[in-house]
Amino acid sequence: MPDFRIVAAGDAAWLVEWPARIDPAVSARAVSLAQAVHHTHHGVVRDVVVGYCSVTVYFDPLCLDGDALAAQLHDLALHVDEASIPEGRLVDVDVCYGGEYGPDLADVAAQVGLTEAEVVALHSAPTYRVYVVGFVPGFPYMASVDARLAIPRRTIPRTRVPAGSVAIAAGQTGIYPAETPGGWHLLGRTRAKPYDDTRAEPFLFAPGDRVRFHPIESAAFERIA
Amino acid sequence: MALLVIRPGMLTTIQDLGRWGRQESGVPVAGPMDPYSHRLANRLAGNDDGAAALEVTLIGPELEASGERVTCVVAGARFDATVDGSDIDPSRPFVVAPGQRLRFGSRRSGARATLAVSGGIACPAVLGSRSTSVVSRMGPLAGRPLAAGDVLPVGAPASNAHPSRARAQVMPEGGARVRCLVGPHEAMFTREALETMFTSRFIVTPQSNRMGYRLEGPALRHAGSADILSDATPIGSIQVPSSGQPILLMADRQTTGGYPKIATVITADVPLAGQLAPGDWIEFVECTRAAAVEALRHQEAALAEDAV
Repeated sequence: MPDFRIVAAGDAAWLVEWPARIDPAVSARAVSLAQAVHHTHHGVVRDVVVGYCSVTVYFDPLCLDGDALAAQLHDLALHVDEASIPEGRLVDVDVCYGGEYGPDLADVAAQVGLTEAEVVALHSAPTYRVYVVGFVPGFPYMASVDARLAIPRRTIPRTRVPAGSVAIAAGQTGIYPAETPGGWHLLGRTRAKPYDDTRAEPFLFAPGDRVRFHPIESAAFERIA
Repeated sequence: MALLVIRPGMLTTIQDLGRWGRQESGVPVAGPMDPYSHRLANRLAGNDDGAAALEVTLIGPELEASGERVTCVVAGARFDATVDGSDIDPSRPFVVAPGQRLRFGSRRSGARATLAVSGGIACPAVLGSRSTSVVSRMGPLAGRPLAAGDVLPVGAPASNAHPSRARAQVMPEGGARVRCLVGPHEAMFTREALETMFTSRFIVTPQSNRMGYRLEGPALRHAGSADILSDATPIGSIQVPSSGQPILLMADRQTTGGYPKIATVITADVPLAGQLAPGDWIEFVECTRAAAVEALRHQEAALAEDAV
């Protein structure tokens, strides 16, 4: 019995879904299936979207036989070989924590009963995995944040979160690519740009990437243009 | 050749058929709420189906042609529209000469009109598309709706022969019944919720926009949790947060979402849903995937017949 299912998400998309958990092994299979679909169906399907434990494949039902596509996805998903899944790219991100750049750091520290320095140390210790890129162009949903920092979203979201804000909520961490509304707790700010349309590759993160945060002083942060 | 924006209307945006291929990076598709009318208007204007056009919402704009004469076509929602005070015939292309003004007046039916121009709106493409995503501020005009004083460049019209008259379109008046495939997360709902979904009338609330329609009606109860691990959100999917009040996701939806989706409107009925306005009713009818594809084929044939 395969541990995934393939269901219609409307008449123009198939959803391939594994058991619902935030798990690097499940995510790796999703990323690997998405890569396989890009390889075998390049130019044939319209979009391939990686979720935490899913891949959604969009297609035009007038151009492609949906049943045949579902059968092909089933075959590809069956043969996703975890051993051969390449490790994601490693992306290093400098972060200026606290002060005006991380207006919620003190509040988060108080909520979880730690010092600000301990929160920074806990947040910047792991190598995170990018599970999903969504919400707005380029926003990476990364996990897992240390359980001691796992607090829910803010009860009242901010109407404006500055671009480059590094934030946590519900066991996840992310980087806001642009000024948007947002409900996560802002720990710091980075000059890294998750989306920059002047770059040859506008997007910094893809599902499966690994990310490390490096604390820097505000003086160093302000020297970076 | 250009169109000068005198008054922008309530929400007028530049759209092509959407920014496909980048959803895995979180880039919303955007595109027209009524892709059928978008394509019909483009065909009558002698453009490719995917040329950029204006999507006019509820209260239309006033535009002035500049430089050369601009050939225009209006499809979708029915408005009383005039060029320098003379009524236009909505079934045919019409010319706006330099200095003349195209003015949208009262809306008669439907919610969104497509205004196509021969040659297309020629703003630079962003990530391969001229669609405006208001929410992620991506696309022409830095991803914002039209504003007074904007100058919209118009491309060179193609000289090939093309249809010059449209059969009258039927627009919803007060509400619509749309067909859906059940799921993909129907197992997360109670049996009563599924029955309620397909036997009740919902109202499009004022908290509705290009991202989605918040619907008001009997609550759709989850069997357990009202959260899923985020996955992709196709146009037409109907997600249900813990309140039990469904949200129909439309053109400017985000790429992923964390609420279970009880059903998904079929592609052929998305244009109809796109013509609903706040206060209108909507009913959902269950349909099979085979019937959905058949309906789409039928619609494709009708598009060819509608442009004559």
